[in-house]
Amino acid sequence: MSEDPKHIIESLFFVSETPMTVDTIKNILDGETAAGIKSAIDDLVTEYEKRDGGFTLKEVAGGYQFRTQGRYNEWIKRLVKPSAPRLSKAALETLAIIAYNQPIIRSDIEHIRGVDSGGIIRMLMERKLIRVLGRKEIPGRPLIYSTTKTFLEVFELKDLKDLPTPKEIEDLSKTKLEDESDSTK
Amino acid sequence: MNNQLHDYIDNSLYRVKLENVFEGPMDLLVHLIKKAEVDIYDIPIAKITTQYLQYLEWLKQMNIDFAGDFILMASTLIQIKSKMLLPASTVEEDEDPRLEITRPLLEYLRIKSAAEKLAERNLLGEKTFVRKAETNFLENVKGEQVIRIGLFELIDAFQNILNKATPGHRVDMSGDRISVQERIIQLVDLLETKGSMTFDELFIDYREKLDIIVTFLAILEMAKLNLINVVQHVQTGIIRVFYK
Repeated sequence: MSEDPKHIIESLFFVSETPMTVDTIKNILDGETAAGIKSAIDDLVTEYEKRDGGFTLKEVAGGYQFRTQGRYNEWIKRLVKPSAPRLSKAALETLAIIAYNQPIIRSDIEHIRGVDSGGIIRMLMERKLIRVLGRKEIPGRPLIYSTTKTFLEVFELKDLKDLPTPKEIEDLSKTKLEDESDSTK
Repeated sequence: MNNQLHDYIDNSLYRVKLENVFEGPMDLLVHLIKKAEVDIYDIPIAKITTQYLQYLEWLKQMNIDFAGDFILMASTLIQIKSKMLLPASTVEEDEDPRLEITRPLLEYLRIKSAAEKLAERNLLGEKTFVRKAETNFLENVKGEQVIRIGLFELIDAFQNILNKATPGHRVDMSGDRISVQERIIQLVDLLETKGSMTFDELFIDYREKLDIIVTFLAILEMAKLNLINVVQHVQTGIIRVFYK
């Protein structure tokens, strides 16, 4: 009795509540190679993409997971309660600083933002988007922060290398030049 | 020119009122530079400083408390302005004094743009959804009875583990000792992959008294930081630690 491993894997994805890695699947299926599993997953990803239905198989946080298409969010929001309040602009900025500069200590975060960020850091910790990685061996031994797996899941990122590259600051630098005399007046 | 400037400031203050108070001095500076439509590499310091100070004055008039951060930025601006007034020969370094403010501004703008990019993504629970998006363990095991346990049950369990510790071991002063903080990181890593562990499992790697105590302190600290849920199964009495 031989079943198509692709269908077994599909059934696992259907049940799993968290992104599932190739390794997890390998431990469940016996005798499948990682390469075989990876190619089966790739097949599934393409199949769902082609179907372009209500959901797709997405690579996220080092694994794969069924996720609904963004365009149906309004309907889904009529079904489920919002899980957490939206992140504020200040929270997103702080999170971006940590994501792009990790591991990072609080004073460096505040240096970039120019304001006290203790409250926001605590909130991001509570929402499991960042975590303490240890202490830096400098006077005061400040805590070092980094992002979590939850961060990757929430922002639908494969890994940290998948972070979007910030847009270069064209709109500010290419605008009209001011007269030098004006600035030294 | 002066009139123009005043018109501009009045205008921008009005705007500011609509847009609410700025998050911090950097935000305000970015706003002023954008409004002035100047090159960030060639900031008219005098003009921007004046506007910045006007804004602080306005905040004062509105009886809005602003943090010292705003004053610090004002002093930096004024310092740059005074440096630029000095004849070039007396300024020792060749660097444009404005770089002191340009560099952090660029970094801040880079982060702002990154934050916007992040916000545009398919956010979980906002744009995209997964099955049982919010898994709350305690709801999952409705059938089985679990209780959140108190400190004394934990201490009892800790006593049991301590009793099992390798007896008669001398304290080794030479070896590297793990700190509570380091142990928390290890436990978070373990729990992040496993989701939950029994109380006993948390102590498996460490059999020496000191390490057991460090692990226990780490668990208490994690419970305090709200990182974990500690529950006890009513029937079996097994204590489990869940990563939240």
